[in-house]
Amino acid sequence: MSGGFTPGDKVRVSDRTHPGHHRTPGYLKGKTGTIERVHERFSNPETRAYGEDGRPAQRLYLVGFELPEIWSEYRGATDDRLAADVFEHWLEPAP
Amino acid sequence: MAQAIHDRGGWPTDEPIDMTEHGLADWELLMDAIVGALGARGVMNVDELRRGIESMDPTAYEAASYYERWLFAVETILAEKGVVTPDELEEQLR
Repeated sequence: MSGGFTPGDKVRVSDRTHPGHHRTPGYLKGKTGTIERVHERFSNPETRAYGEDGRPAQRLYLVGFELPEIWSEYRGATDDRLAADVFEHWLEPAP
Repeated sequence: MAQAIHDRGGWPTDEPIDMTEHGLADWELLMDAIVGALGARGVMNVDELRRGIESMDPTAYEAASYYERWLFAVETILAEKGVVTPDELEEQLR
């Protein structure tokens, strides 16, 4: 697992499947964005969803994506962006 | 694996989005309060609630309203934890 991202870092959302509860939206999987803000660590919803305590807490980041990166057929303004909170263990460094 | 029924961002649709405001029925307010109380007492948390919602049969999910999904999830999770049994719920509805 990678980590310790800082604002401006390029990151790719892992496209791995995860059959259990998780908060990473399918439309972002495999997409590349930019770290915009480093949030706190939060208890992990993926284990809390099964009655555990969610530890260790996971770092959350605000990640910005260009809309054409997410939807190739997007026809709005080319600088339209989407911001999403993504947990660290779903992010990989991107070139 | 296909995306789960709740994970629908970007799904194509030609359907208009219903933006009308609507009032909440008494049972919906009660449903909200029950989930708040269960969380405050440490019986079940919001992530379990969401897992319960996501476990719904896709056809039932589509047919259910917002708080009907909460009700399904609370019944599912509380039964899983042994707090109430489906038989006990059924008994109360007779």
